[in-house]
Amino acid sequence: MSTPYYVSPEQIRQDKEDFVSRGIAQAKEVVVLEYRDGLLMVAENPRKTTFKISEIYDRIALAAAGRIAEYEILRVAGIRESEVKGFRYYREDVTAKWLTNLYSQHMGAVAQAWDAKPLEIELLVCELGVADAPVNSGLQNNQIYHIAFDGIYSEEEKYAVIGGRATTITEILEQRYTDGLEMSAALQLVTETFRTIEADATDDYEINPQTIEVACLEQTAERRKFRRLSTDEVTTLLDF
Amino acid sequence: MLDLSDYGTSDFLQILKRRHPELLATVNASDGAANAPVTEASFRHYEATTVLAVVYNAGVVMAGDRQATEGYQVGERRIQKVYPVDRHSAIAVAGAAGPCIEMAKLFQVEIEFYEKTEGVSLSLEGQANFLSHLVRSNLGLALQGLIVLPLFAGYDLKRQRGRIFKYDAIGGRYEENDYYAIGSGGKDARTTLKKRYTPEIDRQRALEIVAEAIWDAADEDIATGGPDLIRKIFPTLYTVTEEGVAEVPETAVEELYRELISRL
Repeated sequence: MSTPYYVSPEQIRQDKEDFVSRGIAQAKEVVVLEYRDGLLMVAENPRKTTFKISEIYDRIALAAAGRIAEYEILRVAGIRESEVKGFRYYREDVTAKWLTNLYSQHMGAVAQAWDAKPLEIELLVCELGVADAPVNSGLQNNQIYHIAFDGIYSEEEKYAVIGGRATTITEILEQRYTDGLEMSAALQLVTETFRTIEADATDDYEINPQTIEVACLEQTAERRKFRRLSTDEVTTLLDF
Repeated sequence: MLDLSDYGTSDFLQILKRRHPELLATVNASDGAANAPVTEASFRHYEATTVLAVVYNAGVVMAGDRQATEGYQVGERRIQKVYPVDRHSAIAVAGAAGPCIEMAKLFQVEIEFYEKTEGVSLSLEGQANFLSHLVRSNLGLALQGLIVLPLFAGYDLKRQRGRIFKYDAIGGRYEENDYYAIGSGGKDARTTLKKRYTPEIDRQRALEIVAEAIWDAADEDIATGGPDLIRKIFPTLYTVTEEGVAEVPETAVEELYRELISRL
C-alpha cells in the first residue's frame, strides 16, 4: 500500500491559481465602462460570430476573458436561469447581483472540487441601472461585477477590465477616464488604450474596427437594452 | 446552483417541461382536467375577442380590440391582445383571456430565448410552426371550452413580405395571403376586409380598413369593443415591417376613428 501523501489546502489553492493565471495571462482583454447613455463593452476580438460579450437579459450583459467554450456554457445557463426567473415572477426581478451569485457559486464549486479542473475564465456581469437611483427605492445605478475563476467576485465602479493585461489597462483608465463621455469618446478612449498596450506587445495585433468587438447597454433602447455595434458603426464612431 | 445539463437545447418550453412543469399549468392541461365534469361556474372566465391582421405593401398590420367579456358582462376594457414577439413578428390572441396571455408570453420568451442562445433569430416560418405546437399542447383545456386561438403575423426578411398564419384548436397551421380575423367578431371583421382589401395597399389605407373592420365587428358583435371616445380607449394597432415592430400611436388611432366617424 502506498503512503498517503499530504498537500496543504494553501498549496492546492495556489496550484490552481497558478494554473488559471497562466491561461488568463494570454487572454485578450475586455473593457466595460460607463458612458453618458449607458455601459459600453469593448473586446479585442477579430472573430465575427464567436463573441466575448453577449446579451443575457433585458438590462444584463456578460463579458468574458479566457476559454470561449467554458464561457459559452455559462452564458447559455445564465440566459436560461434568467428567462425562467423572469417567466416565474416578473422581468424586473432578474438582476445582475442574483446572476453573479449564481455564477460565483458554480465557479467556486468547480474550483474547489478535487477532481475537476478550475474554469479558466474571468467574467464581468453588467447591469444597466438608472442614473442617480434613490436609496431604498428598489432602483439601482449601473452595476459591474467582476468574477474570478474561483467564484470570488467584486463590485466595480465606472469601469472594469478583465484579461491578461487588465492591471495595465486599469492604470491607464484611472488616469484618463472621465464621467459622462459620449459613446464615440468612450470608444476612442478604449481603442487608444488597447493601442498603447499593443505597442508594447510582441504579436503586433492591430486595433481597428475589424479587430474589436463592441456592444452596449443603452438607456435609450426599449425593453432589450443590449445592442451589438456593426463594424460600420464602429468605424463611424472612431472617425467622429 | 447552476444546472448545466440542458446546455444543448434552445427550446425554452422543453426546459420548463423538464425542470419547472408547475409553470406550465395553463398551457399544458393535465389528463385529469380533461375528464373532470364541466360546470358553468367552474369556468367563469374572461374571453378576449376580435383580432386581425392585414398584409400591405411594406409588411403587415396587426390589431385587436380592447374588451374582454365575461358572459354578457364587460370584464375588462383595456386588455391587450396584440404582443410583439421579436423584431419582426407579433402575435394576437383570442379565446380564454388568461391562457391566451400566458401563451403569448411563453411564445415571446421562447422566441427570444432561441435568438439569444443561438445568436440568430428563428425564421418566421419556424416561429409559426412552433406556435402550432403550443396551440396543440393546450388541447386539454380547449376540449373544456377554454380555447386559445392565436393569429400570428410578421415580416419575412428572406421573402421580403408580410405574412399571416392562422390556427385551429388542434394546432393546424394555415397561411393567409391577404388578411384574416379571428375571435367572436372575426367573421364581421372579415366581411369588411373582404370588401375593402386590395392587394399592395399602402400603410395608411391598411390602417384605415383595419380600423373600419374593428368598428364593424364592434357594431355587430356584443363581445367586441369599439373605440371608446369618452374613456379614450382605442384598439391597438401594430405594424411589422423590415424596420421592425412598431405600435401605432394612440393619437393616430384616435385620428383614424374620428375620420371614420365623420364619414358615417
